[in-house]
Amino acid sequence: MSTIAKPIVKKQSEEKTIEKDSVFGVSNLNLWYGTDQALYDIHMDIYKNEITAIIGPSGCGKSTFLKTLNRMVEMVPIVKTSGTIKYNDENIFDPKYSVEDLRTRVGMVFQKPNPFPKSIYDNVAYGPRIHGIKNKKDLDTIVEKSLKDAALWDEVKDRLHENAYGLSGGQQQRLCIARCLAIEPDVILMDEPTSALDPISTMKVEELVQNLREKYSIVIVTHNMQQAARISDKTAFFLNGELVEFTETDQLFSNPADKRTEDYITGRFG
Amino acid sequence: MPLRNQDDMYKRRKRRTAKNNIFRTLFFTATTVGLIVLAMLIYRVLSQGTGSLSWDFIRNFAAPYPDEAGLLAGIVGSLYLMGIVAIFSIVVGVSTAIYLEEYAKKGKLTTFIQMNIQNLAGVPSVVFGLLGLTFFVYVLDFGYSLLTGGLTMSLLVLPIIVVSSQEALRSVPSELKEASAAMGASKWQTIFRVVLPAALPGMITGSILALSRAIGETAPLLVVGAATAIYSLPDSVVDSYTVMPIQIYSWISKPGDEWPLLAAAGIIILLIFLLIMNTIAVLIRNKFQRRY
Ligand SMILES: Nc1ncnc2c1ncn2[C@@H]1O[C@H](COP(=O)(O)OP(=O)(O)O)[C@@H](O)[C@H]1O
Ligand SMILES: [Mg+2]
Repeated sequence: MSTIAKPIVKKQSEEKTIEKDSVFGVSNLNLWYGTDQALYDIHMDIYKNEITAIIGPSGCGKSTFLKTLNRMVEMVPIVKTSGTIKYNDENIFDPKYSVEDLRTRVGMVFQKPNPFPKSIYDNVAYGPRIHGIKNKKDLDTIVEKSLKDAALWDEVKDRLHENAYGLSGGQQQRLCIARCLAIEPDVILMDEPTSALDPISTMKVEELVQNLREKYSIVIVTHNMQQAARISDKTAFFLNGELVEFTETDQLFSNPADKRTEDYITGRFG
Repeated sequence: MPLRNQDDMYKRRKRRTAKNNIFRTLFFTATTVGLIVLAMLIYRVLSQGTGSLSWDFIRNFAAPYPDEAGLLAGIVGSLYLMGIVAIFSIVVGVSTAIYLEEYAKKGKLTTFIQMNIQNLAGVPSVVFGLLGLTFFVYVLDFGYSLLTGGLTMSLLVLPIIVVSSQEALRSVPSELKEASAAMGASKWQTIFRVVLPAALPGMITGSILALSRAIGETAPLLVVGAATAIYSLPDSVVDSYTVMPIQIYSWISKPGDEWPLLAAAGIIILLIFLLIMNTIAVLIRNKFQRRY
């Protein structure tokens, strides 16, 4: 395992003075798959217009945690949760809370690019359409804007009506990001979005993610620590279903508070 | 180490090759037997039937003399019957499959229903005839009508359609459903816009194969009172009717040398229908071969 590129050490910040808005407030979160507990008592605040990275060895619960934020984890029928997750001050586990609403505001990009077997245009227009937009002009505008924001427009503008499966893996993943942007979410969850991509596509997606920070809050799972160090503002380190440490990315990589974090980022396990 | 022993290894390999040869021969023979029987059947039917094939044979109703008799009522009856079966069994079958695959909670009850559907597919067709007789003829009072025949046949092929549709639904990658759900689509939106389009080719193929089963079935229709000879086409779904296999069956059982030849001609027409349907099914399957 390679070591981390020289971490940029910022001065220990007393910059807590600027009160940032949190989008997600997670407290006391526990999660079970049947009888197997996968998340233990997680407390975590996720802030607006930041990139929050989640790192940790495989099987530690990163994806599970991420999918809890938009309740996609409930697609597994045996899942049980306890605790609360506040999204803009509303508990998403409230029985009255609509998952459809939640997922409209909290978009998701998956590990493996998963475009629909439809045209590029129809892929991006999918979200707007299910939310009731039918007008062709409106759809055109949204499709173009989303593809531009996902840095894919120039590559596909001449073949919008071709099947998305003709795109390369990296393009497919950016298409999935465009598809996600088209529903105009506030938060974007990304589960190892570059793990199936080649280095150049990875670089493009990383660049894209950083540009998206202005408009969106992003939570990105990665098992690539360099990636977390490169692109994120805050990093959370998960281990065996527990949140071990969560702090500014610079600090976590240069001066981890927990021994286990240090062992992990120096490559002693994982 | 016995594995290291060259001699032993050699013997073992020889034994394995021998075994393989035996099985290969066995399987090959079995396949050949099937092919030969099929070839004989087709040869017999063609050699007996082609002589009686003509436009008149397709245009004429049944008649007391073989050279005037035709299959018209059977062909039209079979097509009408297919229509009823298609509408009823596909609507009910596909809905059932969607419910079981996408909505029903996986549990004891679902497993029980699932098991019974599979068992139903193995029930002898006459039993469906008896069910149709009791329920459609006596209880619902539909008489010995096209409707009764169509509904009875629908019940017969329903399990096939349910099971094949379920398979088609199950083969839709869950990543696609997740992608849709993650954008805030409701369950129905996901099913309607993502799952069904992807499962459609499989469903159509399964349905066509089910229909081709229905077009060749005779026993249940005999039980629910399909006529052997009628001289007019059905005007409505409550009219009496006949179908190809029943006309063929009635000709075979008539005395005289010429009737069986007519029956063979009828079989040729029936086979052509089956061939067309199966070809369409295969074409659809190949055209939409999984692209994920
Ligand atoms: N669908 C599932 N059913 C049962 N257990 C699961 C399921 N998904 C994940 N798990 C378990 O939950 C734990 C965390 O998994 P996951 O969140 O996928 O980890 P990571 O994304 O960090 O690799 C693992 O022990 C895994 O076996
Ligand atoms: Mg994962």
